[in-house]
Amino acid sequence: MKALLKLSGIETWHGSICALKHVSLEVFQGQIAVLLGPNGAGKTTVLKTVMRSLYDQKRAQPEKGSIEFEGKRIDRLKTGEIVRRGIGCVPEGREIFPELTVRENILMGAYTRRGGKDIRADIETVYRYFPILRERKDRQAGYLSGGEQQLLAIARALMGRPKLLMLDEPSLGLSPMMTREIFEIIRSINLQEGMTVLVIEQNANIALQYAHYVFLLENGRVVHAGKPEVMKRDKRVREAYLGSSDNSSP
Amino acid sequence: MIAQLILEGIATGACYGLFAIAFVIIYKTSDVVNFSQAEMAMFCTYFMYHILSLYHVPFWISFLATLGFAAFLGIMLEYVFLRPARHSSTIGLIGITLGIEIILMGLAGWKWGAEQKEFVLPVSYSSTHTIFGDTFISDWAIALFVTTACVMTALYFFFKYTKPGIAMRAVQQNMYAARIVGVNTGAIFSLAWAMSSVIGTIAAMFFAAASTLDPQFMMTPFVRAFAAAVLGGIQSIPGVILGGLILGVAENVFGYVWPDSKPIVALIVIVLVLCFRPSGLFVRHYIKKV
Ligand SMILES: Nc1ncnc2c1ncn2[C@@H]1O[C@H](COP(=O)(O)OP(=O)(O)O)[C@@H](O)[C@H]1O
Ligand SMILES: [Mg+2]
Repeated sequence: MKALLKLSGIETWHGSICALKHVSLEVFQGQIAVLLGPNGAGKTTVLKTVMRSLYDQKRAQPEKGSIEFEGKRIDRLKTGEIVRRGIGCVPEGREIFPELTVRENILMGAYTRRGGKDIRADIETVYRYFPILRERKDRQAGYLSGGEQQLLAIARALMGRPKLLMLDEPSLGLSPMMTREIFEIIRSINLQEGMTVLVIEQNANIALQYAHYVFLLENGRVVHAGKPEVMKRDKRVREAYLGSSDNSSP
Repeated sequence: MIAQLILEGIATGACYGLFAIAFVIIYKTSDVVNFSQAEMAMFCTYFMYHILSLYHVPFWISFLATLGFAAFLGIMLEYVFLRPARHSSTIGLIGITLGIEIILMGLAGWKWGAEQKEFVLPVSYSSTHTIFGDTFISDWAIALFVTTACVMTALYFFFKYTKPGIAMRAVQQNMYAARIVGVNTGAIFSLAWAMSSVIGTIAAMFFAAASTLDPQFMMTPFVRAFAAAVLGGIQSIPGVILGGLILGVAENVFGYVWPDSKPIVALIVIVLVLCFRPSGLFVRHYIKKV
């Protein structure tokens, strides 16, 4: 199987804190990969390192290691160029533009693209995925509910027509029902558009149901990786992330 | 009489508002209160004076060349002085803009001298038209109203319908999000400084034509435009224009009743607004959802 995104020996620092210590992982073409880990493990740092959106663009980051996308190094490119190459992201906490309208938010997702006609067609596609956004298209995004903002952030990322979509804790602050809806959407985007997805999660219960492959990150290291069936059987994972050590048959 | 006072107040107020727009654009985009705004505009007005009166370049060509120079100056100052210090504190950034102010003031004094020069626009302050009774309006005021309306309309379309305009608002609201959708935030800062410098220079031309041109001529208008911006909430463009108009009229009316009060009206406004309504009169508060 072909790796679309490949991190090799990545080391990233926040000032004097070493947040990622020799992280290596591969996201395979066409799959949903999940990066699981507790708070402070370094999950968001992985996403920011890939996007090169940590601090200033001038500073060399990551300090060590390499990141390849479609077989080419991207770890010294600017964020704009990385987006253009085909990586889209839905950041932690959604990070929408609160005083732009829903439509303008969606439009911003296509910032690196040219061609008004294609973009307008894609807006229609996105509205078909998320009819609620069409209903709210002229409303300021800051007034949407948390779940709607999450959909908006996903819609915005899709407008860049990414080959790889990264989502950072999309379930954060959402009801279980909304969380399930978001994961159903992720799955259908993966199936229908053949889009590769990397989901960052703390919620192992749901993440393991939708993943093709799982990486477990703790204290800035990948401590475990494997198929979800295997991970579910792992004693440590069950104790730490599934909240039980007895039931839940694999 | 009162109509005349109000009309003149509105005209001066529009000029304050126009100038206030200049620093609102920079403030909103990069959170920098640009204390060198006045001197940037002063310097560019001297540039225009120089090519107009020494090289006798036709007015419209000088005007456009000056706007081009203003854009260049804005981009250059941001790139050289502010960008390397982007992560410093607010007070540090204010210090930098004050430094720029002193440099520009010194340069202008050295190049053009401290004496007052006459800056002439084709629209005269003394050529007037009677509206009714003893109320009249000058060519200067008419040109100013037209210019202000044009600038505001242009900005409205820019921010609402163009890609760089929407991106500039996006950067203002969430810089991190703007970067991860691929916006080159540096280019947006350059654009903001260019636009701000151009608009500030247009306002300064009107001030210079109504008074005289010397290295200090923008100091008083700056304080008053600052008051207008504080009054309007330093957030919205229509807000600061309105703030400018209110201030202009208040100044004129109070100045007529108590002649000595004119210079302090702006300062009183700043103090009162900061005490009682620090976010300005016309700002709607957006509350962030968690
Ligand atoms: N901007 C920052 N400055 C300093 N330390 C940071 C910063 N961002 C994250 N960290 C630290 O890096 C580690 C990993 O953080 P993060 O990637 O946000 O974890 P996660 O997303 O898994 O919760 C944590 O110890 C956190 O305190
Ligand atoms: Mg995180």
